[in-house]
Amino acid sequence: MKVLVGVKRVIDYNVKVRVRPDQSDVDLTNTKMAMNPFCEIAVEEALRLKERGVASEIVAVSIGPKAAQEQLRTALALGADRAIHIESEERLDSLEVAQVLARIVAEEQPGLVILGKQAIDSDNNQTGQMLAALTGMGQGTFASRLEVTDEEVQVTREVDGGLRTLALRLPAVITTDLRLNEPRHARLPDIMKAKKKPIDSRGIDTVGLAANDYLRLERVETPAARQGGSKVASVDELVDKLKHEAKVL
Amino acid sequence: MSTLILVEHRDGALAASTAHVIAAARALGGEVDLLVAGEGVDAVAAAAARLDGVRAVLTADHAVYAHQLAEPMAALIVACVDDYSHLLAAASSSGKDILPRVAALKGVPQISDIIAIEAPDTFKRPIYAGSAIATLSNHAPLKVVSVRTSAFDAVAETGSAEIRALDIVVDNTLSTFVGDELATNSGPELGSARVIVSGGRGLGSSENFQLLDGVAVKLGAAIGASRAAVDAGYASNDLQVGQTGKVVAPDLYIAVGISGAIQHLAGMKDSKVIVAINQDEEAPIFGIADYGLVGDLFEVMPALESRL
Ligand SMILES: Cc1cc2nc3c(=O)[nH]c(=O)nc-3n(C[C@H](O)[C@H](O)[C@H](O)COP(=O)(O)OP(=O)(O)OC[C@H]3O[C@@H](n4cnc5c(N)ncnc54)[C@H](O)[C@@H]3O)c2cc1C
Ligand SMILES: Cc1cc2nc3c(=O)[nH]c(=O)nc-3n(C[C@H](O)[C@H](O)[C@H](O)COP(=O)(O)OP(=O)(O)OC[C@H]3O[C@@H](n4cnc5c(N)ncnc54)[C@H](O)[C@@H]3O)c2cc1C
Repeated sequence: MKVLVGVKRVIDYNVKVRVRPDQSDVDLTNTKMAMNPFCEIAVEEALRLKERGVASEIVAVSIGPKAAQEQLRTALALGADRAIHIESEERLDSLEVAQVLARIVAEEQPGLVILGKQAIDSDNNQTGQMLAALTGMGQGTFASRLEVTDEEVQVTREVDGGLRTLALRLPAVITTDLRLNEPRHARLPDIMKAKKKPIDSRGIDTVGLAANDYLRLERVETPAARQGGSKVASVDELVDKLKHEAKVL
Repeated sequence: MSTLILVEHRDGALAASTAHVIAAARALGGEVDLLVAGEGVDAVAAAAARLDGVRAVLTADHAVYAHQLAEPMAALIVACVDDYSHLLAAASSSGKDILPRVAALKGVPQISDIIAIEAPDTFKRPIYAGSAIATLSNHAPLKVVSVRTSAFDAVAETGSAEIRALDIVVDNTLSTFVGDELATNSGPELGSARVIVSGGRGLGSSENFQLLDGVAVKLGAAIGASRAAVDAGYASNDLQVGQTGKVVAPDLYIAVGISGAIQHLAGMKDSKVIVAINQDEEAPIFGIADYGLVGDLFEVMPALESRL
């Protein structure tokens, strides 16, 4: 079975973003970028499926600027077999990303598609569900466990209140949650070998995307800072302040 | 202008989130209808009809909607959303699952997790773990929006909306329900609790994590957790507070043995009063805490319990 994984280039999760003074957007110049952590989990799950003999080929796909090839190289170093890069300098909304991915799905005919549940920059949590809709597939969102057989995938999902297990007919779309697995790191020899693996890079104009103009970013602001930092010296003082100053007890 | 809201319910009970989503819909203006889909939803529909500001409660009662799986739910909503300008749901695990599927089937984008409404087509939402707030306008014919419930006060329950049954049955060959493994957390629900006592890696083990219970019981508080505590198995996954877990804003949030990573703060920094208990006086959590207590939680928590 072929597995398609989505790889998004995002800000490194350790970096704190700054808003541009003109409020047009956040400032990402010279910011450390990385693979979205939920996509790392998606790649790892695909690798484990291949190690178990369930997956035969892993194709990583990223839509984004030229530099997104760095994250595809990481996926290849981890063990993806090949990569597809759809180059776009434009910022796409989740629907447009899903539309492009649907096009790749039509070309590649994967048995399973694994995306992250959310990108840690936009925090949208939409793309997988949209891709499932556009391709007529079932969806297993926020997955913490997968069990793939010939015709179906059983997916345990992290939901409000606990865990829920579904069975989906294949092909299906899965989005990863944090507890699905713990991603490995790429080893140096594999990083070297990955340089020889193929990345099929094409312009966004080759996928026939009918971009929409529905969403407009009006401005980006820094949230009001919280005034914290006060300390109390003892449990007694804490209880007293909560009762008489904050009046929450 | 009119809004359709997807009602959330579980085990035959209306979820608290819907009353908050209605508040957001009323800020938009226009009529508000609710959609209750499931199997055996009479009690939920009756409870939903009592929420203020609702014109009608539409029900779709059929086995195919049992467990509210995304595939049939999205097909149902697509079949009845044409008369509306807005479709809203809570940014809960079920809203997050279903809503984007509807948006894509309708060929429109979605705006996720809004915290404020500037105009019927203009919304504010946090991005980058709450490090920035984006204002977005949506010019699609159907505006699909998920709502951060902690940002909107619930409407009251003095209404008496009309209940109308829909006769729409879709089929679902894509997904089947296998089972639920619901966490058995005692005390109030995390999403609507007035007080939350939340534990982190500093608790050190599942047994120690129960140290929070004594204080929680005395305060009528819900228990929360950091990702590190959930990953280590001290607490169940549905208790994770943060960027990629639940977002809460209680009157009082007590963070115990939590360092205050930005991903955690994203889920609790809008709490009214924040208390931090941590032995490391440099821990970032103190930077946003109204009352920080530097100390060993294994001494502080029993002392706190006995003083309450
Ligand atoms: C008006 C407007 C304002 C915006 N503002 C910002 C902004 O301030 N900052 C910003 O960074 N972006 C912004 N964007 C871009 C936008 O938020 C997302 O980058 C875009 O919607 C892609 O979806 P997502 O990553 O949010 O999807 P999510 O649904 O959160 O991502 C889930 C998963 O989908 C897959 N995926 C998503 N995108 C890709 C991709 N390009 N290639 C491969 N796989 C992918 C990944 O597996 C990912 O883990 C804006 C877009 C618009 C239209
Ligand atoms: C993609 C992604 C998503 C994430 N999403 C979330 C999320 O939604 N929610 C979340 O919480 N995190 C999230 N994280 C993880 C986050 O970055 C932090 O790793 C996590 O919040 C740390 O948890 P912690 O504070 O419990 O642990 P630590 O950072 O290890 O802190 C433990 C604290 O306990 C204190 N301590 C230890 N012993 C004692 C004692 N005896 N008495 C008092 N204090 C003590 C220590 O001083 C320390 O400050 C995410 C990370 C990534 C990459």
